[in-house]
Formats: sequence, structure tokens, C-alpha cells
Amino acid sequence: MDTHIVLTVLIAVYIFMLAAFTGYEVISRVPAILHTPLMSGSNFVHGIVVVGAMYALFNAASWPEQVIGFLGVLLGAGNVGGGYVVTERMLEMFKPSAKKQP
Amino acid sequence: MSFLIVDLCGLLAAFLFIYGLKRMASPVTARSGIRVAGFGMALVVLAAFLYAMHVTPAARPHLGTNVLLAVIALVLGLGWAWWRGKRVAITAMPQMVALYNGMGGGAAAAIAAVELLSHEALTALHLGVALAGALIGAVSLSGSVVAWAKLDGRLRKPWRIKGQKVLNALVLLAALALGLAALLASGGPGPGLTAAFFVLALAFGILMTLPIGGADMPVLISLYNACTGLAVGLEGYVLGNPALMIAGMVVGAAGTLLTLLMAKAMNRSLANVLFSNFGDVSLASGDDIQGQMKPAEASDAAITMRYADKVIIVPGYGLAAAQAQQKLYEFVKLLAEAGVDVKFAVHPVAGRMPGHMDVLLAEAGVPYDMIFALEDINDAFPDTDVVLVIGANDVVNPAARSDKSSPIYGMPILDADRAQQVYVVKRGQGKGYAGVENALFYADNCNMVYGDAQAVMAKMVQAVKALGDAGAA
Repeated sequence: MDTHIVLTVLIAVYIFMLAAFTGYEVISRVPAILHTPLMSGSNFVHGIVVVGAMYALFNAASWPEQVIGFLGVLLGAGNVGGGYVVTERMLEMFKPSAKKQP
Repeated sequence: MSFLIVDLCGLLAAFLFIYGLKRMASPVTARSGIRVAGFGMALVVLAAFLYAMHVTPAARPHLGTNVLLAVIALVLGLGWAWWRGKRVAITAMPQMVALYNGMGGGAAAAIAAVELLSHEALTALHLGVALAGALIGAVSLSGSVVAWAKLDGRLRKPWRIKGQKVLNALVLLAALALGLAALLASGGPGPGLTAAFFVLALAFGILMTLPIGGADMPVLISLYNACTGLAVGLEGYVLGNPALMIAGMVVGAAGTLLTLLMAKAMNRSLANVLFSNFGDVSLASGDDIQGQMKPAEASDAAITMRYADKVIIVPGYGLAAAQAQQKLYEFVKLLAEAGVDVKFAVHPVAGRMPGHMDVLLAEAGVPYDMIFALEDINDAFPDTDVVLVIGANDVVNPAARSDKSSPIYGMPILDADRAQQVYVVKRGQGKGYAGVENALFYADNCNMVYGDAQAVMAKMVQAVKALGDAGAA
């Protein structure tokens, strides 16, 4: 059963367009005080690139591809792990300021 | 079937990312926001192992090795980043964000490299998109590493040469030309062409970032964050993975908006940040400042403030570095009890990341109505008796107003130098992160209180308390 998603160019453009608007809308209502953790949080989100890197590595058929794929997964995993920890630590600091709001 | 599961997990993850980012938009829900996004990520990464069930025939003999390599890379990458992220000081956060972001760009470039090297035939469109993502990702990687080195103090001086703009343009054009050659090459680009393309792309990222001053780094990091998002989105299209496309493009758009907001906070256009420092900057700027820095005792400064009517505190990076914000607020409370009108003036890029300083002050218990933004407080400095600058430097440097040759020229600053008396608490005589001398420190109305901010604040608290006890007795 071939259930893999088939992307036509037009559908890809639709996805990109809607995602861009979503990103813009989600961020545009954020108070300036939250900009630092938000930058870090969005940094974490693009860590999903590690999934693509895993796909590339699994399909590597020669040693240069394996080396590059390995590097890709390594770097992507660093993006995910670091992005998460750093964002969580920063948001931890926001707890008192959140409490202050009546 | 396995692809369906990966795709469904990707769909769920994309939803959780957007929902998580949305929750991060309010301080009340922000912490649950990152957890929601983190759950989505864990889900989709685990599901990605199902890709191993359908690999190309050419890769089948290597599958065992490849899966093992993936596990090792995941463990090493996650482990290292987790360990570093837990340990890194909050003050060093900007460079860590830069580094993690660069890694994401590198991963996107690596995906493209594998796709270019693989013998699977790509359509011209896929190849073009892969190359575009590779270029952006590679620039983001090398540029972020340079930004990290600058913020981490490993690369202090902006590197500028004559004709830098031309050189950068040539390198970029060469990279684009090689990309075009790779696109037109029959039978796909060879390893030599691919390698040359990546070398040029990486070189461009380095060359583009080197001349940009330290004060502009937060804007640049935000820009590279958007770039990585875009690169991830493009590679997502090449791999036919909508989750990557959505997550990448959401970050690309959000990052672009954040970048523009930050540039606006510094009253500069993005083009100004990226290109204004190129070319004809005199490196000797600021070396001709007249006068001397005059030291003062912490207790004298404290007592002056105790008997002042109006005091403005300008906190900066050094306050956060010394974790002295608690002690500072203790001191401020003493002043307020004695009837002194105390305010905090926070520069948009204080702490070298927008919003960073507000957080640190709020954590120490400083109420919001005591914290003022630059445009709301700058007119108040001339009527102010004492300004206490703690660990801030570039944001009170008058050179930004007057010295056209200064790398920070054009950045709006807090006009601390216009107050009656300025005390600057500083660790030593070093320059700020922009690498510029500060004329304020040499001004007649300015005294330096040397020492660790926390120790200095403790002394100030003590001095005011001793005064109170004496008065009561």
C-alpha cells in the first residue's frame, strides 16, 4: 500500500504560504519581553531537521554519504537537545514575572 | 504503512509546534508551551526510525550500519547539547542559541549534500530547491559559528578589509554559479562540484559575519535562525516531508518578523545592520579620548544616592553576569524607603538579547512599573541626580550619538552622561562587547566603582543600612 504523501509543486507552495502566515501571526502578538525565549523556542522547532537527516542517513549508500549523513544527524540532534534545554531554562526565569501579573 | 505512521506523527508534531509556540506567547502558559513542542519532537524523532523499513535498494546492504550510526549521532548530539545547555550560564545564552541554530543549518545542508551525492535521480526542481536550501543552511552554519565566537569573546575585533563588499559579492556569485553548474550538469553534480559549492557557501557565511560588530549580533542570530528555518523548509520539500516544510517555514516567517522587530528596537534597518560596518571604518576610533577614569568607593556612591532625589539605574550584561540583581533590588528598596525616586532604565538590547534584562529584573522581584524602556525615560536623564550604571557599557556610550567612525554609531543609547552624577560599576577597565572605548567613563561627572557587581551592591546595601542605624540611634 503506497500511502506516502505525493507533493505537487502547487501543494508545496500552498503549505509554505499557509505556514509562513501562521508563523507571522503566532509571533506578532508576543510581548517584547518574551522575545528571547521565543527566538530560542523557534530555534528548537526547526530542530525537526534531524528527522530529515535521519532519512538521509538511512538511505546513504556510500561512505561519503554515510559520513555526511552522520554529521547531519549529529548537528540536528544538537539543535534539538540544545534548543529545548536552553528554552526551558529561560522560561523558568519567567515564572516570577508571570506571578506578578494580577 | 510505516511511512503513513511517520507522516501522521509529523502532522501531529507540526500541530504541537504551532500550538506550543502559541502558548509561548504569554508568560502564563510559556513553560507548558515548550513542553508541548518538546513532546511533538520526541514523537516525530522516534517515529523517524520507521524510515529504516523502506530504504532505497542501494542503501539496503548498509542499513544496519546506518541505523547504528544514527543512534550514535543522536545520543552524542543530544547528550552534548543537553549537557552544555544545562551548564551554560544564562548570560552566555545568546551564543549558545547561535551555536544550536548553526547546527540546525548544518543539518539542513548535510541533507542536501547527501541528496546531491546520491545516485537517485532528482528532478531539476528538486535539485534547485535542494541547492537553495543547502546554500542558506551552510551560510547559517558558518555565520552562526562566527557569531558564537564573537559573543563568546573568542573573536574580539570585527575583521574589515578594503573592498570587503566586493569580495563577499564575488564569493556569493561564485557559489551561485557553481550551484547553477550543478543544476545543469548531466547525470547529477559530481562530488568535486558539490564539495566546491559547499566550501564557497560556508566561506560566504564567514565573510559576511566577520565585519559585523558585537552589538549587532542578536539581530544577526535572529536572522540566521530565520535562515535555518527556511533551509529546513526547503529540504523538507526535497524529501517530501510536510512536517519539515511546515515547521521550517513557520520558523522562517516568525524569525524574519523577530529580526525586523529587533532591528527596529535598535532604530536601524536590517540592511544597515548587515552592511553599514563594511569598508571605510577607522580602526583607531575612540583612542583619542581625553581625561582619566576616576575611581570611587562603593559606600560613597551609595550615600550620594541615599541623599539624592532622583536616581536611575541602568543595568546591563555585567549585572546579570555577577547575578547581582537580587542585591541590587535590595539596595533599590532601601533607597525607595528613604524617599528616593528610583527607576530602572532598560535598553532594548541590554544583556545583548532583547528582553533578557527585563526577565532578570522581574526574577529579582522588581515590579514592572519601576522598569522603563529607552524611549520613555531618555528625557528624564538631565533632571536626574545620580545614574548608577551596572555592567552596561555600549548602551550608554555617547559615541553612538556623535562619533560617525564608531562601530556602534547610530544605535540609540540611554543618555546617562546627561545626568548630574554618574557612577559606573564595572569589573575592570575593559571595553564593551562592541570593542569600543566609552567616553562616558572619562567624563567629569562620572566615577568608576570597580569590583564584582554583587560585592559592590553588598557594600552599598551595608553603607545605607549603617546610615539608617546611625540615624535611628
